Amino acid sequence: MLYRENGQFKTSYAADQQIFPIAQDRWAIVGLLVFAFIGIPLLVDEYLLRAILIPFLILSLAALGVNILVGFCGQITLGAGAFMAVGAYAAYNFHIRIEGLPLLLSLLLGGLTAAAVGIVFGIPSLRVRGLYLAVATLAAQFFTDWVFLRVPWFTDNASSGSVSVSNLQVLGWPIAAPVDKYLFCLGWLTVFALLAKNMTRSAIGRQWMAIRDMDVAAEVIGIRPLFAKLSAFAVSSFFVGTAGALWGFIHLASWEPAAFSVDRSFQLLFMVIIGGLGSIMGSFFGAAFIVILPIALNQFLPAIGGLFGITISTAGISHAELIIFGALIIFFLIKEPHGIARLWSTGKEKLRLWPFPH
Amino acid sequence: MKLRKLVLTALGTAVVLSSLAAAPAALAQVKEQFFPVLVYRTGAYAANGSQWANGYVDYLKLVNAKGGINGVKISFEECETAYATDRGVECYERLKGKNGGATVFQPLSTGVTFALTEKAPVDKIPLITAGYGRSESQNGAVFTWNFPLLGTYWVGADVAIQHIAKKEGGVAKLKGKKIALVYHDSPYGKEPIPVLQELGKTYGFDVQLLPVAHPGVEQKATWLQIRQQKPDYVLLWGWGVMNSTALREAQSTGYPRDKMIGIWWAGAEPDVKDVAEGAKGYSALTLQHGAEPNSRVVKDMLEQVYAKGQGTGPKAEVGQVLYMRGLLSAMLGVEGVRKAQERFGKGKVMTGEQVRWGLENLNLDQKTLDSMGFAGVMRPVQTSCLDHMGSAWVRVHTWNGSKWEFSSDWYQADEKNLRPMVMLASSKYAEEKKLKPRTPEECKK
Repeated sequence: MLYRENGQFKTSYAADQQIFPIAQDRWAIVGLLVFAFIGIPLLVDEYLLRAILIPFLILSLAALGVNILVGFCGQITLGAGAFMAVGAYAAYNFHIRIEGLPLLLSLLLGGLTAAAVGIVFGIPSLRVRGLYLAVATLAAQFFTDWVFLRVPWFTDNASSGSVSVSNLQVLGWPIAAPVDKYLFCLGWLTVFALLAKNMTRSAIGRQWMAIRDMDVAAEVIGIRPLFAKLSAFAVSSFFVGTAGALWGFIHLASWEPAAFSVDRSFQLLFMVIIGGLGSIMGSFFGAAFIVILPIALNQFLPAIGGLFGITISTAGISHAELIIFGALIIFFLIKEPHGIARLWSTGKEKLRLWPFPH
Repeated sequence: MKLRKLVLTALGTAVVLSSLAAAPAALAQVKEQFFPVLVYRTGAYAANGSQWANGYVDYLKLVNAKGGINGVKISFEECETAYATDRGVECYERLKGKNGGATVFQPLSTGVTFALTEKAPVDKIPLITAGYGRSESQNGAVFTWNFPLLGTYWVGADVAIQHIAKKEGGVAKLKGKKIALVYHDSPYGKEPIPVLQELGKTYGFDVQLLPVAHPGVEQKATWLQIRQQKPDYVLLWGWGVMNSTALREAQSTGYPRDKMIGIWWAGAEPDVKDVAEGAKGYSALTLQHGAEPNSRVVKDMLEQVYAKGQGTGPKAEVGQVLYMRGLLSAMLGVEGVRKAQERFGKGKVMTGEQVRWGLENLNLDQKTLDSMGFAGVMRPVQTSCLDHMGSAWVRVHTWNGSKWEFSSDWYQADEKNLRPMVMLASSKYAEEKKLKPRTPEECKK
C-alpha cells in the first residue's frame, strides 16, 4: 500500500537512471543515513560501537571490494585477506616513515599499494579461470603472510612482528573515542559504497559483467579482457586494501599478520556468497550476517538457556554457536542460492503487488 | 510480507538487545568485585586453555568460599575467545563495563595482549599477563597498565641459556655451540628472539630460527632441518598441539629429548601425556611453579570447592601445571585487589584504577605466601613502579614418562643482560606513542 510507485513518472533520462528510481527507496536510504550518522551515535553504547558496528562497517567495505571482483567480474578470489594485509601494512609504513603524512592520505596510499599488488596477482586471471584462479589467488594469501612475518622491514623491525598506531587525527579531529571511529568509518564507507555503486552502473561495470557472463562473447563485441579483468582486480584490491588499513588503524590499533589470515579470506568470500553475488546491497547483508550473528548467538544463547533454567558452559555456547551458524548458512543457501540480497528484492516485488502477492 | 517480517524481526531483536544492555545496570547495585575471564575452551588450543580457565575460575570460587576479599565477594563471567585476537577484543569490550566495571583482564594470548595494551590505558583497567605478553612491558614507567608478573619470555630465554651453560659446564663452553629455536610463528613465538641473538653474540653461540606456522601440526620440514644441521640444543616455544607434534617429530627424527627445553607454555601435561615415554627426558622452564598436587592451596581447593561439587573441571586435573598457572594468575589479581583495599578502604569494591595501584605495590613475602597455602609453589613477589614483573625466578622441570619433576635449582634471570633491552624497547615504544615515561615522583601518587 505504502510501497507503490504509481504516479511516479520519469520525465528525464536523469530521473530514469538514478540509483533509486522509486521515491520510497530514496527516502528510506536518506532516512537510514541520517539515522546512522546522527541517531546511532546518540543512542548506542560503547560496546555496540566498538565490538559490532565498527567491525561491521569495515568488513562491509571489504565485502564490497570482494563483490566487485567475484560478483561483478566473476573472478573467484581467495586472496582477499592478503590484500587487506597489504593495505594495512602499506598504510602503516607510509604513516610511520613519512613524517606528518595525513591519515587520509596514508589510508588511500595503502589502498593504492593494495591495488598495485592486486594487479600483479590478477595477471594469472588472463589465462586461468574458476577454481584454478581461486588456487592462484590463494598464492597471494600465503605470499603476503610470509612477507609480513619474515621481512622485518615491513613491521619496522618490531621484535614480535606486531605493529601498532596511535594518536590518529584528520584535520585536527582526533579519531580516538569510539563515536569518532564509528563516524570516520561510516563516512569512509558511504563515499566508497556510492563510488562502487556508480562504478557498477557505468561502462566499466558493464564490461565486468559482460566478462562474468561470458568472456568469449564479451571479447567478440570488443571488450578487452585484459583491461576489464585487471581493472576489476585493481578496484577490488583498492577497496579491500583500504578496508584492511581501517581494520588495522581504527579497529585493532595493534595487529599482526594473523589478523589477515586465510580464514579472513574465506570469511569475506562467504560474505559475498551469502549476501548476494553481484549486488552492492548484498555485501552489507553478508557482512551483517557473518559479523553480527555469531556474536549475537554467543550473547543470546546463555540468556535463552537461562529462560529454561539451563546454564550452558562457555565451551557449549561456543560449539552451539558454530553449529547454528553453519546450519543457517546451509539453510540460506538452499532457500535462496542467490543470497540474502535476492530475498530482499523478492520481498520488495511482493510488496509492490500487496495485498495480492503471487 | 517479507519486508514486514524483516521489520518485525529487526524490532524484536532491537528490543531484546536493549533489554540486555539494561541488565548490567541492575546488577551493578550488588557489591561484588567483578573479574572478567577471557578463556579458550574451544579451538586449536582448547586442551591447554581449558585447564588454565578451570584453575582461574576455581580460585575465584575458593576465595568466595573463604569469605571473599575482606568480605567483598567476587563475581565473574567467562567469554570465549578461541585464541583469536578479534574475538578477544570483542570479549574485552563486552565485559569491561559489566557488573560495575572489570577489575583486571588476563587475556592469556600474546596477540590479544598487544591489542589490549592500546585500550587498557583509555579504559583504566590493568592487564595481568603472568608469564607472557610483551616483555618490555616490565617497565612500568612506560607501560603503566601492564603487569607481566612472575617473568616474561625474555626471562625464559635468558634462563634457558643459563641452564644450557650449566649443563655444558660454564658459559665459556657455549662458544661455537648451535642452539635452535623452534617457535610458534606469532608475536608469542618471536618474543625470545632478540634476547637469544643478543646472548648469542655475547657468548659466541649460533642461533638458528625455525618458525612453525599456526597451529603447528605440520613440522616435517622443520625437523628435517634439525636432522641436517644437528643443533646442540633445541628450544621449543610452542603452544597446544604444536608441542606434542614437536615431541613426536623429535622421537621419529631421533633427536635426543634431553637436549630439548621448552618454555612454560610447552611444559604441561597435555603437551606430553600423549607422547608419554617418547617425551621422557624432555625439560621445560617453569616460571616459578610446576605441577603442585601436594600444595596446601590445592588441598584447600579439593576440600572447599570440589568436595561440594562446585569444581569447574575434572578433579584429576586439579594441581596440574596449567591448572596451577590459572590459579596463580587469579591469585595475583585477587592479591592486587587486597593490596588496593589496604589503601582505599577495606571491604570496598575497588575500581580498575585502584587495583592498578595495588598491583604496582604488590608485596607477597614468604609468610603471606605460606599463609595462603602457596609454600613451595612460588617465591616472593614484589613489584614497583619501575618493575612490573616482580620476580625473575625460574626452575626447570623434566618429564619422567608419567609426571613432571623438578630437575634444577632456582635460576634468576640476569638483570645485567635484560634490563638494558627492556629500557631500550620500552623507550622506543614511548617514543612511537609520544608517551612521557612516569617520573619517580609521579609514581608515588
